[in-house]
Amino acid sequence: MAKKTYARGHRSPLASFGIHATLVVASFIAVFPIVWIILTSFKPKASIRNLKLIDNPTLENYTALLNNTDFLRWFSNSVIVAIFTMIVGIAMAATAGFAISRYNFPGKRPLMWTFLITQMFPVAILIVPIYSIMSAFNLINTHASLVIAYCTVAVPFCTWMLKGYFDTIPKDLDEAATVDGLGPFGVFWRVVLPLARPGLAVTMFYTFLTAWGEVAYASAFLNTNDKFTLAYGLQTFVPRPPTLPVWELLTPAAVLITVPAGLVFFFAQKHLVAGLTAGGTKG
Amino acid sequence: MERLRNTYNKYWYAWAMVIPVVLVLAVLVFYPLFQGVWMSFTNINEANQVGEVCTKSLGGAETCAANPNQWQFIGLGNYADLLSGRVGEFWQNFRITLIWTFTCVFFHYTLGLALAVLINRQIKGRGVYRVLLILPWAVPAFVSAFSWKFIFDRDNGLVNGVISALGGTRVEFLDTVPKALAVVIIVNVWLGVPFMMVAMLGGMQSIPGELYEAAEMDGASPWQRFTNVTLPSLRPVSASVILLGTIWTFNMFPIIFLITRGGPAGGTDILVTGSYRAAFEGLRNYSLASSYGVLILSILIVYSIGYRFFLRKQGEVW
Repeated sequence: MAKKTYARGHRSPLASFGIHATLVVASFIAVFPIVWIILTSFKPKASIRNLKLIDNPTLENYTALLNNTDFLRWFSNSVIVAIFTMIVGIAMAATAGFAISRYNFPGKRPLMWTFLITQMFPVAILIVPIYSIMSAFNLINTHASLVIAYCTVAVPFCTWMLKGYFDTIPKDLDEAATVDGLGPFGVFWRVVLPLARPGLAVTMFYTFLTAWGEVAYASAFLNTNDKFTLAYGLQTFVPRPPTLPVWELLTPAAVLITVPAGLVFFFAQKHLVAGLTAGGTKG
Repeated sequence: MERLRNTYNKYWYAWAMVIPVVLVLAVLVFYPLFQGVWMSFTNINEANQVGEVCTKSLGGAETCAANPNQWQFIGLGNYADLLSGRVGEFWQNFRITLIWTFTCVFFHYTLGLALAVLINRQIKGRGVYRVLLILPWAVPAFVSAFSWKFIFDRDNGLVNGVISALGGTRVEFLDTVPKALAVVIIVNVWLGVPFMMVAMLGGMQSIPGELYEAAEMDGASPWQRFTNVTLPSLRPVSASVILLGTIWTFNMFPIIFLITRGGPAGGTDILVTGSYRAAFEGLRNYSLASSYGVLILSILIVYSIGYRFFLRKQGEVW
């Protein structure tokens, strides 16, 4: 009786072919829309509906976008908002994450639950009251309002992730540093933070991307063209019907917006979920 | 008193470190939350929110008088209006939200899991596949939304280009609810699968190899190894990502808002976009939007509690 064995790492050529075929198809579906937008952005306006992959490649869409629209202004607005969100958000998340990771203080458990629960709050319920708070402080149509609003989105999640990361740094190091005369803030600043650089990088990327891609608050709080971020500015290229969308400006804009986000993302992606699961399982 | 001082001395630095976060959450999450809940019991909107109405006379002098139609407490009026269907389209939005959330999460999870299983095997070029498959995650959601709107465009889009090249007639994808809903779901599945795949991959890599070796010794086929080792080991990870994914998808704003704007005629609005449009389009009805928000939050809380209860019952410590 010959029993077929099923060892791992051994499989028939047919199975190998099947796996590769599936993955190739899946990769194609994942990548092709992006490639198509990139290719379209180089087509002249007249042939934008053309099915040919490459058709009289030209940079005229890019020059039109940069010269005739406020794209660069929106871009710099987005950069400003994203960078400030990143700095403010990380500063708060790192200190709180450290305290939660290292100390057992009254109020710690409820605080951690709060962070999880805030993930559940829909934009819908917060946006109107936050809007009225912002207008009470005259912050409507400013970038500060966006930075503050984005921090409320990013900070709870980042604190959770950083706590998980700090947990992996041995406590012996803290104790050694305390013996050498460092206070709690010294331990945090001189010992733990430098060791947590990869974790900090991941959370920085996360906050950056959150701010870079947010639509709802930006659409509600901003109302003049010089303050728009990309998420709002781009909506002017795709106005509501019957006005026709301006695809020849949208496609190069999409490419230019995705490049920095994509770069940031690829530095972060390896650690992104590792950080997330670390924070989640060690709760 | 002595005890209080001791507690303070012992913990002041920990509290000092969390106080900025607590303040931000208090001022910008919990205060708005309570204010939102309060607003949902009033009839406040753009027109009646001010306490005083000021009119300018010809000479430039301003006279102010108390607003005769100032907003007031109306109890459960908004909820009665919403739930009975007198105002807005709550049940319609709710139905669409359920279809949207369930379909998206189902495909996110099954496709993400399937791809993770394939990529977790010893194959050539898995690094390349991994990067390519993650790519949709790297694109900001609003860019994906506009790009897909272009791809599905009636006159210039790729899909219609192919259809007409094959001899078909061009299709307007956004003019009926089923087609428009299918489009937004496809887009959201496209951009949500990478997260699930990476999460599942992370989960699979933490499964100890001995389990597979033991299964092999017992003569388990690959399928049996998958159902009896991989799937059970992934349950904790699956439990959290499905819960998170459901909450995120339920509240997913940009895709529907930017692709269909809720159209045709509000037919593809989910609860979140419906409430946003009540709050910021037309006459801004803040109280109605807040009532929507409270209902959304209640649904999610009930769902999360039910979900945890269900897992506990199955013996999951979570």
